[in-house]
Amino acid sequence: MTPLSHMDFSHPYFGAFFLLVFATVVFYAITVLARVVSRRMARLDNEKLKLSLYECGPEVTKQPDKISSQFYLFALLFILFDVEAIFMFPWAVDFKILGWFGFIEMILFIVLLTIGFVYAWKKGALEWHSIK
Amino acid sequence: MIETALIIETVVKAVVVLSVVAAMGAFATFIERKVLAFMQRRLGPMHVGPYGLLQLAADGIKLFTKEDIIPQNTIKPIFIIAPVVAAASAFVAVAAVPYFPEFTVFGYTVHPIISDINVGLLFVMGAASVGMYGPLLAGLSSANKWSLIGGARAVIQLLSFEVVSGLSILGPVMMMGTLSLIDMNDYQIGGVSHWLIWKQPLAFVLFAIAGFAETNRTPFDLIEFEAEVVSGYATEYSGMRWGLFFIGEYANMITISVLVSIIFLGGYNDLWFIPGALAMLLKVSLWIFLFLWVRAAWPHIRPDQLMWFCWKVLMPLSLINVLITGIVLV
Repeated sequence: MTPLSHMDFSHPYFGAFFLLVFATVVFYAITVLARVVSRRMARLDNEKLKLSLYECGPEVTKQPDKISSQFYLFALLFILFDVEAIFMFPWAVDFKILGWFGFIEMILFIVLLTIGFVYAWKKGALEWHSIK
Repeated sequence: MIETALIIETVVKAVVVLSVVAAMGAFATFIERKVLAFMQRRLGPMHVGPYGLLQLAADGIKLFTKEDIIPQNTIKPIFIIAPVVAAASAFVAVAAVPYFPEFTVFGYTVHPIISDINVGLLFVMGAASVGMYGPLLAGLSSANKWSLIGGARAVIQLLSFEVVSGLSILGPVMMMGTLSLIDMNDYQIGGVSHWLIWKQPLAFVLFAIAGFAETNRTPFDLIEFEAEVVSGYATEYSGMRWGLFFIGEYANMITISVLVSIIFLGGYNDLWFIPGALAMLLKVSLWIFLFLWVRAAWPHIRPDQLMWFCWKVLMPLSLINVLITGIVLV
């Protein structure tokens, strides 16, 4: 006797989809409601710099969207290894059926990726740039 | 007719889960302030209501009545939609998670899971990682340096630990041969000795650490660390929009606690004399408390240390765990 049996429902994704739509609508409605309420109740001062950005200095300028290239390197490594992880999920589910054959195939795959990982490590892609 | 009943049941469950998890998330903020206060020999919120319990309502009123500010130079539609994305994706991840054993109401058997998907674990991890778009969009649209750096940090942190949590969960999946969270729970029927934590201790530790990082908790809370990046991606947000980010974050905490409890700690099976539903609640509460305890006890780490720790320690360890599990199982 299992504590929770599977549902006998032909549309298992209906709940997830409904929750997606419902949560999005509810949370968007909350922000709209907060906007309406705050128009009525908040103190509205018309100070000159109220809408300016959080920054030291009064001048509002458009900030350049520039970030360190290190972030992009990690994003590239992520693509490599998350595709690996996703590829390994169906293999892991059927692991006991596939047996030695599947295991050796997957070891070869992991070795190939490890070579790439070692290359990235040796190249210094995993080091944060030092500010010397 | 049965299909109609199931659709109605699903809709009701979705509404209930959304409100209950949101309420639990709000209550977790109160618990967090209390626990942190006690650990620092303070009393925490005490003035509003008995024992400070109505502080929640006071905070809610304050968030609602704050003036709704959209700063200059921001990209308005993206700025508005970012907190909604962060909150909604955290709640969608809850959909494929079972909570309690089934129970009967007026002769109708209720399954406490919103959508019984056969790849439930994959769905939860995928939906939770969509939450990355909240900080990313917020950081890019705010036109502020702090927001941008905070958003970028949030994204690489989530991406890096996505790899670790994905690889570390492979060992348990290999042992149990399924991705459905219900079947994973059934695998551990029969008391504490059947829990998966004894067979996969390394995977448990790795998954727990990745869970801390994916919910941006201390010691990995460097995306909203005040001394470095004012408030991270949420610098320009105020009022209810800011609140939505944090509802999403606490919902993620609850999801991770439930996932760890189901995969490693025996889930909602009966524990000695404790009924399954209560055992599950206790496990989730314990995990939430652990999140708060770690926050009180540990300083946070630097971004480069985080990346070093993730890619050079946890990633190889999780691969080794997969290999060891394979050798033992084959």
